[in-house]
Amino acid sequence: MNTITTTEALAAPAAATAAAAPRGAPAWRAPLVVLVLGAAACALAPDQLGLMTRIFITALLVLSLDLVVGVAGLATLGHAALFGVGAYAAGIFALQVHPDPLIGLAVGIAAGAGLALLSGAFLLRYHGFTFLMLTVAVSQILLSLAQRARGWTGGDDGLSGFVMVPLLGRFEFDLEGRVAACYALAVLVVLFYVARRLVGSPFGLAVRGIHENPVRMAALGTPVFRRLWVLYTVAGAIAGAAGALSAQTNAVVGLDSLSFALSAELLVMLILGGAGRLTGAIVGATVFTLLHHTAASINPYHWLFVVGTLLMLVVVVSPAKVWAWVRRRAGGVR
Amino acid sequence: MTTLLDVKKLDKRFGGLHVTRGVSFSLKAGDRLALIGPNGAGKTTLVNQISGVMSPDSGEIWLRGDDATRLNQAGRVRAGLVRTFQITTLAPHFAVQRQVELALFEREGLTGRMWRSVDAYPTLKAEAQDILARFGLRAHAATATQDLAYGDQRLIEMALALALRPKVLLLDEPMAGVPKGDGAHLLAALDSLPSSLAVLIIEHDMDLVFRFANRILVLAEGAVLAEGTPDEIRRDPKVRAAYLGN
Repeated sequence: MNTITTTEALAAPAAATAAAAPRGAPAWRAPLVVLVLGAAACALAPDQLGLMTRIFITALLVLSLDLVVGVAGLATLGHAALFGVGAYAAGIFALQVHPDPLIGLAVGIAAGAGLALLSGAFLLRYHGFTFLMLTVAVSQILLSLAQRARGWTGGDDGLSGFVMVPLLGRFEFDLEGRVAACYALAVLVVLFYVARRLVGSPFGLAVRGIHENPVRMAALGTPVFRRLWVLYTVAGAIAGAAGALSAQTNAVVGLDSLSFALSAELLVMLILGGAGRLTGAIVGATVFTLLHHTAASINPYHWLFVVGTLLMLVVVVSPAKVWAWVRRRAGGVR
Repeated sequence: MTTLLDVKKLDKRFGGLHVTRGVSFSLKAGDRLALIGPNGAGKTTLVNQISGVMSPDSGEIWLRGDDATRLNQAGRVRAGLVRTFQITTLAPHFAVQRQVELALFEREGLTGRMWRSVDAYPTLKAEAQDILARFGLRAHAATATQDLAYGDQRLIEMALALALRPKVLLLDEPMAGVPKGDGAHLLAALDSLPSSLAVLIIEHDMDLVFRFANRILVLAEGAVLAEGTPDEIRRDPKVRAAYLGN
């Protein structure tokens, strides 16, 4: 359970810098940077578009987790549930109703938000470890439901057999994955912007205040539960969008999209990038996915060893400390 | 003068411990009521029930003519009842000004707004700066709250409460933990509280109590031992025996 304590420990100072410093950067700047870097990466490595798509989707999912963990201060190990529900909803919708990607995306968003709304009504009445364990319980219940409902989800074999129609009626999902990568990047950038606006709004300030001190916020007259509930629902919507993207670009949804392992990995990525800043979520997801990809291609059995070592390094030597050290060194040279 | 706060026969038990025993009192605009009593008399428990942190087993709390007994804490704040804490309860990593802005956003009912930037409310920002200036905290506007001296943090407690423009203010030991020489700003803040406000103050510093209060309520073992003007309380033999010693 070390992950939890480290998340809490890392979430606090990150929130500190975000809240203490005046928010100078406009909300669109970081998403624009992501757009430019993402597009450049796709252009420079056209044979790695599948990997890029995976990075964009994972980044979106960790972004959603950051809203819950880093911004609201709710440590969860059940975030995969929101992703998986979005993925299955989009997959089933494509198979049974209509294979349009944007409508499917909306369905995934609605499914993620719906689950967060329902489960949040119950989960958010609890705090700390109880909350954490209940998030695990909710995702495990969903996992076993998905396993049982073979007729809908394909059970252990996964849900497949749906083919998406062209995006906006024009862009067909090609074999190289160009359309898929652009689509995923566009959704990531838009929702990243939405998340930044949210965090920078009075609502976001109140949620960060709740993270800091719920007793103080209640004394200011904040409806604490309601604010957290709305935030959790928004995070669910974003996770659901990531799920829908994953279903549509992979044309398959597996039970692993609801797994505990995925929830834990997401938390690792968030810690890697630094919680509470949103940008950190994207950095963490990118570094982790690239590392996973590289390490797994070198040694498919022991890649977790590399990730574990890196995580220990990040926790022991926090990125903030490294930056301070680099700055000192740079100052010394001058 | 209309009654702003009316507390009627509050009663509360923690298991076998009877912490509040039929306490009744009322506050009108301009009242400065000090709640005193030995440690463990149930002062903070009483404030917690009035502010909605915990609910009484029986009894009623009326706020500005409406029954507020069933209202939650947020509802009572909106109805004009605001409290401070005995132990500083702030957002430690927030810049001081942000903290005050947050109180203003809350007062204006804006924390449901999810799109417009917090920096796009210049009038609230200016008001926050005014409040900080009034408390001598202007220079610390950008400082993280946890980096301030404890006395200054106590001031922020008070600043946040006043930023909400309360009608009834519950001050739970505002001077607790403030070094003797550092209380000037706080005392000035207490003295300049608007006269339309009804204030209930819990305080152990008897000099301050007798200077500030125009009425005193003495609590002992959860029950009202005496209520009256400072002079009456000073002369009351029961109070002397139970609380003031000799």
